[in-house]
Amino acid sequence: MISATNISKQFGKLKALDNISVTYPAGECIALIGPNGSGKTTFIKSILGMVVPDSGKILFKGKDIAQDCHYRSDIGYMPQIGRYPENMTIGQVLEMMKDIRNHSGSLDDDLINDFNFKSLLNKRMRTLSGGTRQKVSAALAFMFNPEVLILDEPTAGLDPVASEILKQKIVKEKEKGKLILITSHVLSELDDIVTQVMYMQDGKMVFYKPFDLLQFETGENKLSKAIAMIMQQNQFSDIL
Amino acid sequence: MKKIIKYIITDILRNKIILSYTAFLLAISFTIFSLEDNSTKGLLSLLNIVLIIVPLISIIFSTIYIYNSAEFIELLVSQPLQRKKIWLGLFTGLAGSFTIAFLIGAGIPIILFEATAVGFMILAVGILLSVIFVAIAMFAAVRIRDKAKGIGVTILLWLYFSLLFDGIVLFLLFQFSDYPIEKPMIAVSMLNPIDIGRILILLKMDVSALMGYTGAVFKDFFGTTAGMVTSFLILALWMICPLLISLRKFDRKDL
Repeated sequence: MISATNISKQFGKLKALDNISVTYPAGECIALIGPNGSGKTTFIKSILGMVVPDSGKILFKGKDIAQDCHYRSDIGYMPQIGRYPENMTIGQVLEMMKDIRNHSGSLDDDLINDFNFKSLLNKRMRTLSGGTRQKVSAALAFMFNPEVLILDEPTAGLDPVASEILKQKIVKEKEKGKLILITSHVLSELDDIVTQVMYMQDGKMVFYKPFDLLQFETGENKLSKAIAMIMQQNQFSDIL
Repeated sequence: MKKIIKYIITDILRNKIILSYTAFLLAISFTIFSLEDNSTKGLLSLLNIVLIIVPLISIIFSTIYIYNSAEFIELLVSQPLQRKKIWLGLFTGLAGSFTIAFLIGAGIPIILFEATAVGFMILAVGILLSVIFVAIAMFAAVRIRDKAKGIGVTILLWLYFSLLFDGIVLFLLFQFSDYPIEKPMIAVSMLNPIDIGRILILLKMDVSALMGYTGAVFKDFFGTTAGMVTSFLILALWMICPLLISLRKFDRKDL
């Protein structure tokens, strides 16, 4: 569905992405994992066309994304920090997105109902807490029934109840066969969703393999433990 | 793109600065015209407002507006919209609001009191200057990431176009007063849209006789149709060039 070949991006002296090549087939749920500043968000933003890579090519359903912007109507994106026009209300932002997207199919307002937005619709974006902003981002990402969901730290800042609602929603969408790409620091919550793990460090892709293979190799069942093990092994090999 | 323009214009209207700018222009033009019994004198005072206030407000407001809509732009870029259309939509929204503000604020009094060739020239120059300085603001805002620095640079740009440039021209005039520099002066004045506007209006007012030989040379060039067309073309270039450069830059910008 999405394939990237030799993507590189440099910010000044920092190599944010270093020759990354990867293919994501439909129906998978991919966990994008790596330490802070390893280039996860930059990579996601390159797929969305928000960051223009210095070299390399990204194909979405076989089409180069640099030439056409319409592929983005198949993507629901939930940013790490949702930034919205400050003096618009939640209702206006939702309406504006519907207007801009011009979506023909039915709208998915599960999250709008589950998060109880009805009472908040008249609140201005600048008065919202970080958690409520995240809820708005989540609702927008799922609203247009996209084939691909890109979620950057989806549960950061959400309370346990909202976090659980979102997780259930992700599971539900995964069962529909959508491609889901998640980055998260809180690994424990990814355990029962993830099918593939992509691990990045210093802008390089260290590995990309199925989660069950990773479980088998490390002998750990939990994603967090498996990743911790890999990180330790990496450090050992660095010392040696 | 229509939708983007619609959202930009509603947002600009909501923030009331443009409304107060329109009210300010209206108040000041009506005052000027009713104070002077000779409306040509009124036009001369209006000229100074058009040449100083209009560029200042357009460039500063647009720059701040672009920086403040960084979130909005970021949101739009992640949607199925072309970057070019987002940027052009932003430009059209800003330029459109300023044109309408100027048409209402200065246009109504001019049509009521002084519906002459000079009046319409002031109107045309005012609108062109509004749009040109929106384009310059977009150029500065896309190149400079830091908001404070960006606003500082646009204030300097305005200072340069409205004060410093004239200083440099005067300096050149005195330094080279022994040489026949009237014709090169026409070329130099093309480097500043405010100057082109001023010359176009002053020549329409027929006060060029007061400017001596330089005035005569200017009249010779700007007074003819070819000269007028050239200067309007150059004003158009002042609008298109910054816009196109900023458009290219925005197309490759990382958000």
